[in-house]
Formats: sequence, structure tokens, C-alpha cells
Amino acid sequence: MMEFLNFYVVPGIVTGSIYALGAIGITLIFGILRFGHFAHGDLATSGAYLALGATALLGLTPWAALPVAMLLTALLAYGIHRLFYRHLESRPKILTVIASLGIGMMLRSVVQVVWGVDPLAYGSGIARAQAFGPLMLRPREIATLALTLALVATLLAFLRYSKWGKAMRAMSDNPDLARLCGVDNDGVTRLTWFIVGALAAASGFCLGINTELTTMMGWSAMLSMFAAAVLGGVGRVEGAVVGGLVIGLAEELSVLVVPSPYKSATAFVILLAILLLRPQGIFKGKVL
Amino acid sequence: MSATAARDRPQPILIMHQVRGGYGDADILQGVSLTVMPQEIVVIVGPNGAGKSTAMKAVFGLVRIRSGAIVFDGEDITGWSPDRIVRRGISYVPQVDNVFREMTVHENLEMGAFLAKGDLSAAFDRIYALFPDLKAKRHALAGDLSGGQRQMVAIGRALMLEPQLLLLDEPTAGLSPKYMQQIFQICRDVRDSGVSILLVEQHAKQALAFCDRGYVLATGANRHEGSGRELLENPEIAQMFLGG
Ligand SMILES: Nc1ncnc2c1ncn2[C@@H]1O[C@H](COP(=O)(O)OP(=O)(O)OP(=O)(O)O)[C@@H](O)[C@H]1O
Ligand SMILES: [Mg+2]
Repeated sequence: MMEFLNFYVVPGIVTGSIYALGAIGITLIFGILRFGHFAHGDLATSGAYLALGATALLGLTPWAALPVAMLLTALLAYGIHRLFYRHLESRPKILTVIASLGIGMMLRSVVQVVWGVDPLAYGSGIARAQAFGPLMLRPREIATLALTLALVATLLAFLRYSKWGKAMRAMSDNPDLARLCGVDNDGVTRLTWFIVGALAAASGFCLGINTELTTMMGWSAMLSMFAAAVLGGVGRVEGAVVGGLVIGLAEELSVLVVPSPYKSATAFVILLAILLLRPQGIFKGKVL
Repeated sequence: MSATAARDRPQPILIMHQVRGGYGDADILQGVSLTVMPQEIVVIVGPNGAGKSTAMKAVFGLVRIRSGAIVFDGEDITGWSPDRIVRRGISYVPQVDNVFREMTVHENLEMGAFLAKGDLSAAFDRIYALFPDLKAKRHALAGDLSGGQRQMVAIGRALMLEPQLLLLDEPTAGLSPKYMQQIFQICRDVRDSGVSILLVEQHAKQALAFCDRGYVLATGANRHEGSGRELLENPEIAQMFLGG
């Protein structure tokens, strides 16, 4: 039983948190800007490597480098919007979707050129797990969960209570009416990219610190993140969090029933099932 | 006519003068003219596709205007952006999708005052006094309300900024007769509080009976105008769509 908790459930929740942070960004872009952002995984990768760069250049510890990376990735996401996506805004959304695939490739290539293609890590040293009653948790796992919790709580409070947060929800709900109310939709779009970029960096960083840094890390995780966003209900932040945790757990637990190479197919199966059975997702999001 | 008489005569709050315009290259509006006086309820009726909604959107800056002018409260607002028009004192309730479904009633009203600064509690009190039903439902999602309540949310949202002119596009569409009369009564209350109302109505007979003045629009142009009673008694109009 303890083995089950410590070898499957705990890693499942940690992976799930990482997916959740990525899926929130995907779901915000889907909801507010209305397209599937396929550069999202590579945005997370960029954030992870920017944190690595900050540890090397500024001599910061990995966790101290994270805010720097979040800020830089927010700027990066905003820059991508300004340079590329913004010019496609009035065109059919499929063009932006395809463009985002290209942007993803571009980001990945830049990371490969700067940092090489071999796996890297934030630091050496083996983190020993501490016992919490029957649970064995590593400090980085605790930190990942705490960070996810803090970011999600902050974002939900922002969306619920702040004027700009309400404007984001209004634009996701009914963009024409939002404009009639005087909401500056371009401003909301800019704000969305900042938030999405920062969260993507957090997701990539947590993935990197719990495993290792590879240039494909974000791209490989993206299918699971999309599955999480769709499972939770497109446009629903709470949904993305629940979806992320479900997908993360399902992937770790799948090893109990199918050979581990099929682990990453779990998300795909769940995605297919949800699209067939309940396309609005758990939390009644937009139907794709 | 003496100079004083001219000064005392109230100025129209809204004048649409020979407005032509539309969405793409073709003009939907082929010269629409109408006026709304202060504290007046003016109704636009006409067959489907006549351009009623388009005329209303033209006032609110949502349609490309090729020629003609729109004057609000003595100021030419032709070609202004919607948010500038909101600030100037006009609110608009679209025909469809006129609430934020995933936001609460209270948040919907709050969005109506998005451009306002400072304390909104007086505005909320005013709207909840006008719509007691909404106060009880203020934490419900607008998407979960009945059609009539949703219209009230939409109208309440539009009244948050205390507009001088309210544009309502088919506020009674799909509502039961009871709700229709309730919406009409709300319109009267709103008018009596000093707001002018221009509304588009599908229920021509009932709307003409309750309005102060009406216009009949067909194929993008005015066909008839007059008091509600005059229009109701006009046999041509009766034939047109009142079903005799
Ligand atoms: N967004 C739009 N883009 C292009 N054409 C439009 C648009 N909205 C309306 N039209 C066209 O403009 C014409 C007038 O439409 P409008 O909605 O103003 O009619 P209406 O009198 O309000 O009709 P209804 O009673 O059905 O609401 C129609 O031919 C319609 O197809
Ligand atoms: Mg209409």
C-alpha cells in the first residue's frame, strides 16, 4: 500500500501539477484567444532553459532563478504575440494554430543551438526523500506542489476579484459584449500572454527539476497538457488543474496495467475518450 | 415663432439623418432617418431582415456608415467607436448573446460599469431596486437564468452607467406574454427615471400600443412613422405584419 502511494500516487500528483501549470496556459489561450497553441510545450522548454541560464549567468540557485525565468518567458510569449500571432488575428484561426507549430519548432531549435542536445540538470546531488508519516517526499516534490498551489490560488483569485481578471473572463465568455462594455480586448490579450508565459516557464522548470532538461521535454509533455485542458473543460482554469492531476495520475498508474512504453499513450486515450463521450469536459467548458 | 419658444422646445436626444451603410460593400441601410426625444420610448418595427438591428448598431458605432449623420445630445457622433459612445451616454443591449453566461448576475452588472471609476454601490442599489428578481439571484450564473431574467440582466447591465439613451434590440424575443408586459413596464419605469429608449420589437402590435412613437422600417429605409396609435390604425401597416 505504501509502495503504491510513494511510487505511483506521489509521482502522479507531481507530474499532474506540472501538466496543470501547462494546461492552464493552453486553456486560457483556447478560451480567450480561441486557438490551440502548439508552441506551448516549447515555451515551457524555453522557460526551463532560461532558468538554467539564470543559474549559470547570475549564480542563482535554481529556485531563485525561477522568477527570473518566469519574467523572461512572459516577455518571450508577449514578443511572439507581437511579432507573429497578432498579425493573424483577423484571419481564420487555423493559420495561427499552424503558425504556433512553426514557432514551437523555432523555439526548440534556438534552445538546441544555445544549450546543445544532451540532457542537462539544474544541479547535481541526490535529493533524499523525507518521511511524512508513511509518505516519502523529496524537497523538490514538496516545492513543486507548493508552487503549483500558490500559482493556481493566485490566478483564481485574480480572475475572480480583480478588474482585469474579470475582463479576461468576460472576453473568454463573450468577446463582442466585452467590447461593448468598454473592455480593451487588445490589453486583455497582452495580459493573457504574460500570464501564460510565466506559467509555462513554471511548468517547464518543475519538469526539469523533477527529471532532467532536454530540448524535447516540453514538446513531449504537450499532448498530456492538451488532454488535461480538454478533460477539464476548455477555458476552465479549475478544470485544467483537475485535468492535469487526473492525467498525471493516470499516466503513472497505467504502468500497473500496461507496459511502461505505453505510459505516454494514456493521455491520448483519455483525450479521445473525452472528445467522444463528453466534449465539454468535466467543468463544462467550450465545446471544440 | 418667438425665440423663447424655439429655445424651450426640447431638442431631440438622438437624430439619425439619412443614414446609409452596412457590413461589407453592399449597404443594408438605404437612408434611415429617425429622432428620439428626451424621455421618449420609440419603437422600430418591420419585417425580418429589414435592417432594424443594423440601424441600431449604426447608432452604436458597430456598422460602417457610408453617408448621413448621427447626432446625439447635440453632438455629431458619426463614426465614433463604441466605447467612446458608451462614455458619452448611450448603452446598447444586443439582440442575442447579451449576457456573460459564465459570470454571475452581479458580475454582469459590474461589467456594465467597467468604464466607471469609484464606488458602484449606489448603481447596484438602483438596478436591484428596478429588478428585485435579480437581487435574489445575484450570485447565480447568468447562463442558468430563465430567458426573461436574462433580459433583465442585459438591461440592468446597460443601465449601470446611467445612460441618457438606451438601445434595446428585441428585448422580448422568445418571452411569454407575462414577461413581455413586465419588460414593457420596466421600460416605462426607466423612461420615467429620465432615460430615452429606442427599441426594436418583433411583437409589433403590443409594442406600438405601448410606445410613445414608432417607425416602420422595410428593406433598409423608413416606410412610416407616427405615434403608436396612428401606426396601429394604418391599414397598410396592419396588412404588412399585424396580421389584419
Ligand atoms: N454581421 C453581418 N454581416 C453581414 N450582413 C449582415 C450582418 N448582420 C446582418 N446582416 C444582413 O443585414 C440585413 C439586415 O439584417 P438585420 O439584422 O439588421 O435585420 P433585422 O431587421 O434586425 O431582422 P430580424 O427581425 O431578423 O432581427 C440582412 O440581410 C442580414 O443578412
Ligand atoms: Mg434584428
